[in-house]
Amino acid sequence: MEKFERDPHTGYLTTGHEWNGIIELNTPVPRIIYVFLIAAVLFSLGYWVLMPTWPLGTTFTKGLLGADQRTAVSQSLKQAALDHATWTNLIEKEGYAQIQGNPQLMETVRTTGRTLFGDNCAACHGREAKGGKGFPNLTTNAWLWGGSPEAIAETIRVGVNSTHPETRTSQMLAFGRDGMLQRPDMENVLAYVLSLSGKTTSDASANQIAAGKTVFATNCASCHGDDAKGKTDVGAPDLTDAVWIYGGDANSVYTTIWGGRQGHMPTWESRLSPLDRKILVLYLIDLRKATP
Amino acid sequence: MQVIATLTRSERQWALIILLVLFALGLALMAAGRNDPLAGHGALVMIAALAAIFAVISGYFTPEPGDERLDHYYDEPSKIGLVLAMAWAAVGMFFGVWVAALLAWPDLTFDAGWASFGRIRPVHTTGVIFGFGGNALIATSFYVMQRTSRARLPDQLSPLFVLFGYNLFCLLAVSGYMMGITQSKEYAEPEWYADIWLVVVWVVYFVIYLRTLARRNEPHIYVANWYYLAFILVVAMLHIVNNLAVPVSFGSAKSYSLFSGVQDAMTQWWYGHNAVAFFLTSGFLGMLYYYMPKRAGRPIYSYRMSIISFWGITFFYMWAGSHHLHYTALPQWVQSLGMTFSIMLLIPSWVSAGNALMTLNGAWHKVRDDAVLRFMMVAAVFYGLTTFEGSFMAIRTVNSLSHYTDWTIGHVHAGTLGWVSMITFGAIYASVPWLWKRPAMYSTQLVETHFWFAIAGTIVYVFAMWNSGIIQGLMWRTYNDSGTLAYSFVDSLIAMHPYYIARTVGGLLFLTGTLVGCYNVWMTIRTAPRTSTTGAEPALAEQPLLQPGE
Repeated sequence: MEKFERDPHTGYLTTGHEWNGIIELNTPVPRIIYVFLIAAVLFSLGYWVLMPTWPLGTTFTKGLLGADQRTAVSQSLKQAALDHATWTNLIEKEGYAQIQGNPQLMETVRTTGRTLFGDNCAACHGREAKGGKGFPNLTTNAWLWGGSPEAIAETIRVGVNSTHPETRTSQMLAFGRDGMLQRPDMENVLAYVLSLSGKTTSDASANQIAAGKTVFATNCASCHGDDAKGKTDVGAPDLTDAVWIYGGDANSVYTTIWGGRQGHMPTWESRLSPLDRKILVLYLIDLRKATP
Repeated sequence: MQVIATLTRSERQWALIILLVLFALGLALMAAGRNDPLAGHGALVMIAALAAIFAVISGYFTPEPGDERLDHYYDEPSKIGLVLAMAWAAVGMFFGVWVAALLAWPDLTFDAGWASFGRIRPVHTTGVIFGFGGNALIATSFYVMQRTSRARLPDQLSPLFVLFGYNLFCLLAVSGYMMGITQSKEYAEPEWYADIWLVVVWVVYFVIYLRTLARRNEPHIYVANWYYLAFILVVAMLHIVNNLAVPVSFGSAKSYSLFSGVQDAMTQWWYGHNAVAFFLTSGFLGMLYYYMPKRAGRPIYSYRMSIISFWGITFFYMWAGSHHLHYTALPQWVQSLGMTFSIMLLIPSWVSAGNALMTLNGAWHKVRDDAVLRFMMVAAVFYGLTTFEGSFMAIRTVNSLSHYTDWTIGHVHAGTLGWVSMITFGAIYASVPWLWKRPAMYSTQLVETHFWFAIAGTIVYVFAMWNSGIIQGLMWRTYNDSGTLAYSFVDSLIAMHPYYIARTVGGLLFLTGTLVGCYNVWMTIRTAPRTSTTGAEPALAEQPLLQPGE
C-alpha cells in the first residue's frame, strides 16, 4: 500500500509511508550538512590529538600540546604574584607611616582595599564601612579595640569572641535578665548613661541621674571606666560619644543593660594573607581620614 | 466520575487493589517516619489514595463500557494530562515569577522558612519541567502514539496509573521541598521513596509504549515515536543511576548518594544534561514531529534528515554532560571530551530545527494567520538558537566567561520558554479542540494574545539575563592597574539589580500569557461539543479501528 507521490511545492517524492495523514518527503540531505558534520568531526579529531581527551585505563591521552589546567592555573598565579611584586613587596616591608606617605602606593591600597573589604567585610560592616545595628561603624574614631594600625591589624587577625585561641574576648553582662540589677537601678543607670551624651529622657530627674551614677560606679565602671569613656583592652565602648552600636535611644540602651551584649567577629588569620590584612588596615585608616 | 465509567469491571477492581496497596504504603511510611518529615508524605500518599478510592467506588456501579470503546482511541489520559499540564504551568510559572522577584527584593520570603529561595526555586523548576512539561509529554505521547500506530492503548487502567502516579510524584517532590526534604541534586531533588515510586510509574509507561507499538497497524514506526521512546527509555536510565542512594533508615526521608566527590558531580551532570536532552528535547521533538506537519498540512521536509538528527542527537548528547564542570576538579580530559561532543552535537540539532522550518515551506501563509502554528514555528527557531548557544557555551574558553553567571539562566530559559513551552502550547491548542471534539478553540483571539505575551516575556527575560550574565562575567574578571580584582562580588550584584527586575517583568508577561491560555482551554472544554463531524482533525483518526485480539 505504499504510495509514492510527488510534492507539488518542493518537487520531491514522498517516502510512501503515511501516519494518520502525515507524510514525509524523501528529500536528500543537503550537501552543506555533510560539510558541517565532517568539519565538526575533524575539529574534534584535531582537538583529541592536541589536548588531553580520551581515557586509557588508569591514565589518559595527554595530547600533543601538553596542556594541563592545573599547571596553567599555578603558572598564571605565579605570574600574577610576580607582576604584583613591585607594590606588594613595598607594603609587606615598609611601616604603616611610610606607606601612608607614598601617594602612589596608597592609590593601590584604595583600589585593592575596596574589593577586599567588599568581598570580606561588607557583609557585616556595610559596603561603605558604616556598619549597622549590631555592627560597628568603621568610619568614626570610636574603635572598640583601639584605632592604631597595630591594634586594627590584631583585631582583624584574631577576631572578637572568635574561634581563634588568642581571640579578643568581650562580653557585657545581662544585668537585668540575670538579676544583678533591679528595675529602679536599671532605670537610674539608664538616665545617667543617656545624660553622658547629652540625652535626657523627659521624666529623668536630677536625683535619678545621681542615683544612676552610683550604680554605674559599682557595676559598669570596671569595663567602661570611671569616666565612661570605655576601655580598648576589654573592648568596652565609650558611652559619652554619639556612636552607638546597638542604638542610643532609651529603649535600645535599656535592652542592652537588661540583656547584655556580645559581638562576634571572625578571625581572618587563616582566610586572608598578612598582605591582604595589612592592605585592609591601611584602607580602613585611609577611609576614616577621608570621612569627615 | 466520567473516567471511571471508561474502565471495565475488572479494571475497576484492579484500580481498587492498587489504591489499597498505595494506601498501605502511605500508612507504612507514616508509621515508620513518625519522628520525621517523612510522616507528612505518608499522610499525603494516604489521602491521595483515599480520595482516589472514593472516586473509584462512586463510579463503580456505572455501566461498563461496551466493546464499541475499542473502535476509538482511548483519550481520557490525554485529556486529563493536558488539563493537569496547564494547571502545573500556572503554578510552576507563578513560583518562577516569585523566585525571580525574590532575587530583586529579598524580603519577599515574608520570613517563612518554606518560602526561602532554596526551597521555592526547586518548586519552580520541578513545577515547570516535571509538572508542566512531563504531563504535556505523557498526554501527547499517548495521543500521538495511538494515532501514528493506528493502535489503541493496550488497556484503560495502566495509562491512568502512569498519569496519576506521575502527578503524585510531582506533588511529593514540591511539597517535600517546602518541608526541607531534598537530596540537593539539581533537577533530581526528590528523596529516595519518591524516586522509587517514579521508577515504578516510569516502567509501566515504558511497557505501555512498547505494547502499543508492538500492536501497531502501520508497517513503519513514525519519527515522533522514536523520540518519545528515546525520552522514556533514557530518562528511566538517568533517573535510576543518578538517584542511587542509601536511606538513613526506612523511617527517614534523608538518604546519602552512592557517589561522592567528583564522581558525584559527574554523575549529576551526566544526568542533568541528559535531562535537558531527553526530557526537554527528545520528548518535545516527538511533539513537534506530530503537531507541526499536522497543523501545517505539509509533509515532513526530509525523512533522511530526520534519521541523521535523531541518531546524532541521541548519540552525541550522552557525552556532553561534563561541559557543566569546566575548570573544576573534574579531570581535564573529561571536560575536553565533553566539549568536543557538545560541538558536534550542534549539527544534528540544527538539522532537526532546519527540517522543522523547511516543513513549513508552502505553509508560511498559515504561520502568518494561525497563532497555533506560529507557536510551533517560534519553538523551532528558539530550538535552533538555543542549541547553537549551548554548543558555543560548552567551549571551555567561552565557558570561563559564562559559567556561574546569569547567562546560563538566560540560555536555559531561551530553551524552556522559547522552545519547550512554545511547542507545548502549540500542541495543546491544536489538540484541545480535537480531543474534546470542538470546532476550534473558544477564542482564537486569546490564542493570539497568549502568543504575544509569551514571545514578549521570553525576549525580555532572555535579553535581561544575557546582559546581566555577560556584565557579571566581565566584572568578575576585570583587573585594575595594580593587578587585583576591580570589583567585589557585591558590586556585581548591584549591577545585576535592574536586570533582575527586568527578568521578573519578563516572567510576569509569560505567566500572564499562560493564564490567558488556561482560561481559553477551560472555556473551550466547557462550550457545547460540535455536532457535525467536520472538524479540525482529519476524519482518518475518527475511523473505526478494529484490531485483532481485542
